[in-house]
Amino acid sequence: MTTTDERPAGFEKNDHKPVGHGRMLRKEDPRFIRGKGRYVDDVQLPGMLHCAILRAPVAHARIVSIDTSAAEAHPKVKAVVTGATLTGLGLAWMPTLSGDVQAVLATDKVRFQGQEVAFVVAEDRYAARDALELIDVEYDVLDPVIDVRKALDPSAPVIRDDLDGKRNNHIFDWETGDEAATEAVFASADVVVSEDIVYPRVHPAPMETCGCVADYDRIDSRLTLWSTSQAPHAHRTLYAIVAGLPEHKIRVISPDIGGGFGGKVPIYPGYVCAIVGSIVTGKPVKWMEDRSENLTSTGFARDYIMRGEIAATRDGRILAVRTNVLADHGAFNGVAAPVKYPAGFFGVFTGSYDLQAAYCKMTAVYTNKAPGGVAYACSFRITEAVYLVERIVDCLAYELKMDPVELRIKNFIQPEQFPYRTKTGWLYDSGDYEPTMRKALEIAGYDDLRKEQAERRARGELMGIGVAFFTEAVGAGPRKDMDILGLGMADGCELRVHPTGKAVVRLSVQSQGQGHETTFAQIVAEEIGIPPADIDVVHGDTDQTPFGLGTYGSRSTPVSGAAAALVARKVRDKARIIASGMLEVSVADLEWVKGAFHVKGDPEKSVTIQDIAMRAHGAGDLPEGIEGGLEAQICYNPENLTYPHGAYICVVDIDPGTAQVKVRRFVAVDDCGTRINPMIIEGQVHRGLTDGVGMALMEMIAFDEDGNCLGGSLMDYLIPTALEVPDWETGFTVTPSPHHPIGAKGVGESATVGSPPAIVNAVVDALRPFGIRHADMPLTPSRVWDAMRGVPRPPV
Amino acid sequence: MQVSMIVNGEEVTREIEGRLLLVHFLRDDLGLTGTHWGCDTSNCGTCVVWLDGEPVKSCTVLAAMAGGHEVRTVEDLEQGGELDPVQRGFMECHGLQCGFCTPGMMMTARALLDRNPDPSEGEIREAISGQICRCTGYATIVRSVRWAAAHEASTPAGGAS
Ligand code: FES
Ligand code: FES
Repeated sequence: MTTTDERPAGFEKNDHKPVGHGRMLRKEDPRFIRGKGRYVDDVQLPGMLHCAILRAPVAHARIVSIDTSAAEAHPKVKAVVTGATLTGLGLAWMPTLSGDVQAVLATDKVRFQGQEVAFVVAEDRYAARDALELIDVEYDVLDPVIDVRKALDPSAPVIRDDLDGKRNNHIFDWETGDEAATEAVFASADVVVSEDIVYPRVHPAPMETCGCVADYDRIDSRLTLWSTSQAPHAHRTLYAIVAGLPEHKIRVISPDIGGGFGGKVPIYPGYVCAIVGSIVTGKPVKWMEDRSENLTSTGFARDYIMRGEIAATRDGRILAVRTNVLADHGAFNGVAAPVKYPAGFFGVFTGSYDLQAAYCKMTAVYTNKAPGGVAYACSFRITEAVYLVERIVDCLAYELKMDPVELRIKNFIQPEQFPYRTKTGWLYDSGDYEPTMRKALEIAGYDDLRKEQAERRARGELMGIGVAFFTEAVGAGPRKDMDILGLGMADGCELRVHPTGKAVVRLSVQSQGQGHETTFAQIVAEEIGIPPADIDVVHGDTDQTPFGLGTYGSRSTPVSGAAAALVARKVRDKARIIASGMLEVSVADLEWVKGAFHVKGDPEKSVTIQDIAMRAHGAGDLPEGIEGGLEAQICYNPENLTYPHGAYICVVDIDPGTAQVKVRRFVAVDDCGTRINPMIIEGQVHRGLTDGVGMALMEMIAFDEDGNCLGGSLMDYLIPTALEVPDWETGFTVTPSPHHPIGAKGVGESATVGSPPAIVNAVVDALRPFGIRHADMPLTPSRVWDAMRGVPRPPV
Repeated sequence: MQVSMIVNGEEVTREIEGRLLLVHFLRDDLGLTGTHWGCDTSNCGTCVVWLDGEPVKSCTVLAAMAGGHEVRTVEDLEQGGELDPVQRGFMECHGLQCGFCTPGMMMTARALLDRNPDPSEGEIREAISGQICRCTGYATIVRSVRWAAAHEASTPAGGAS
């Protein structure tokens, strides 16, 4: 059963009708299905050269010497650049998005396997790779810090001796909630359950790796950069700061992007290398990483070791949640999160429950692993937070011998409590959780599933049913609280209606597959009555679009979508004044019915938005004080985040002979407020559910004790194929956000956040006959086998 | 060395290095950028093209090995201005998001339908199991192929917006 929104009859031509929201086919698809997408690696410029990067073979070593002479002598090589060269240019180090610095090319030491050491620019990609083999680097190998639990041992080698006075591997301590109040609740609670829960390191691994083409024009001192960037404007500003290039001379173009999932938010050394390569050679330079470079050196995600504790009454009233987290940030703190939120939005670990107290203490450390931290559809660490609370709630249900659904429903924040201030300070905007939960139960046929499970258990079969309920905080963010390196997290939008009534809307956000060209045309169409097919959406080019912080953390619809709706309303307000002149009535006598203004009580007297557009640009008088033209712009600063929620139910079967987990069914009921294009929403949910299967059962970036990355190829880092995932069953409820002009909430990461706990809860439920209360991801056959033998082990 | 092959019905001849991969030959030498390059280990399938009518991973074939053979890429699916039902199916059923895996998926789907005009869900999943899509979760790809199977003989809708 698949509860897709069916396309209503007559809707096929929706893109030609003056309506906005609804299932509309995507405007971007005609080029993709013809193989005419334009991705970064498709860019070919005359005289273009190719950059390849030499990477560290070991995790921790001092660089003794680098000999590039043989590489320089290669007939096709145009330049060889090392950290020493960059030091001369003041470019050896660059700021990360969280106030640390990261080496563009290593100067003193290498700090993770795969770190950038030198680069070559050559006539073609193969020659550039050949030349890397000719560079001779002598390393003095040092002990690496790989086990995060030992990173703060006094005897641990200091990774970041580049930082002044740094004598340990500590990055930050962070806490949220009320420690004393939480301790008081725990001290007097009937039941306290605690569990060590690991969220292993994973990687976004979009099908397109990272890369760019840098074209520096020496005459104009202008840099054009085609780049796999989720945030072209923020990147431009950072390049201006890092490289000292004037911002107006930099143009960042993010063309079609083959998936991002957070991995294309940071600036990677490779981009800077290509820029330097172009400046040095005077030619356009392309850098495109291969898959192993992508998996070993670009932004990873998670890597939290969490101790979860929950306090409750014996009859299942949850009182408090407490957690202690050890966060592995790798060799450089490259987390892309708002400055005041070093742990992202982990503070929502209180979940969807009405608690008396909550407290979290976190310590973040350096290790000799690739830097990063929030990449991969995590809504700024909400993935970890939701996994923690939904796992520990299930542990509590286990101890109380209570049904996990009943326990959750009993503790939900109630609809009349919204807006609800959590014990960690988040203002949940709206929610009506129980109907969403009930809908999921209904689609799944929960009671029947439990009966079936009892029968199968009696026969010795291992069937598990897992439930998870999540609330996310997405749409960063209000500029009073949120910035990245001083840049406020607002988004601009411009709308221009042409004389013939067609329009162009310019966005600051950037699509990596989310379908912005469609969704944003629909948002504007709904507000202004111009058919989506007549609205061109321009994005991904800093010369063509207003400033804004880009697409990640499910922020496009909450922030930029709001900007698009409001800019359209601004244009409509002006159109109303022009219409009043055309119809010779007062503004108050006009009524807007999608696409036209009517005189109230006289629907025959009307002008369409197209008529108004022509008048706005045409000859003849306009009402007093009104300028010609029909356009507006806006910079939207969200007043709050939006809080989508959802209920997920997973059914698994485990083969008792091989310990192989099979996801038999997965039901996802999402509430993302007002739904703009149900087809696109469903697609995003499917995507995240597949992520969940990957993380829960297959994916992990592991390291051996020497710091060798064990997940450096798609043979080692397993991503679900069509055979590992079921046919998804989806449903929805609608609780509009009161803080968004059209009531929409983000949804892009909901399923990535909500599905891992549902799957793990299902596996643990299946293993109940073995007395298992918890087992860590990824639940590969060997790890499930261990759990069945009563020895579940942590993955790191 | 010199290599000649038929690509999308036309003979091409180029001077190449013996080690050049077919995927790079198609993309960089012929400008057929619909075929993508997504891994180093023959796992992702974003590079799938046809070699003499069989889907192959073009990252795992040397351009030289394709000499004297016929290659068909995604750019050839549309015939005489008419989209292939597979292409229409992917648009109708939201079988793509970022579009990066899509050309490879469609080439495999076309080959499947040529052999098996009415594949089951399981057969479709099996056929695309050597390919990865990081965006769609596969269900809509399965629906897209089913849609194409159901619309093989009908009149194309055009495809452009
Ligand atoms: S490029 Fe990945 S299989 Fe060919
Ligand atoms: S559509 Fe993005 S990888 Fe398949």
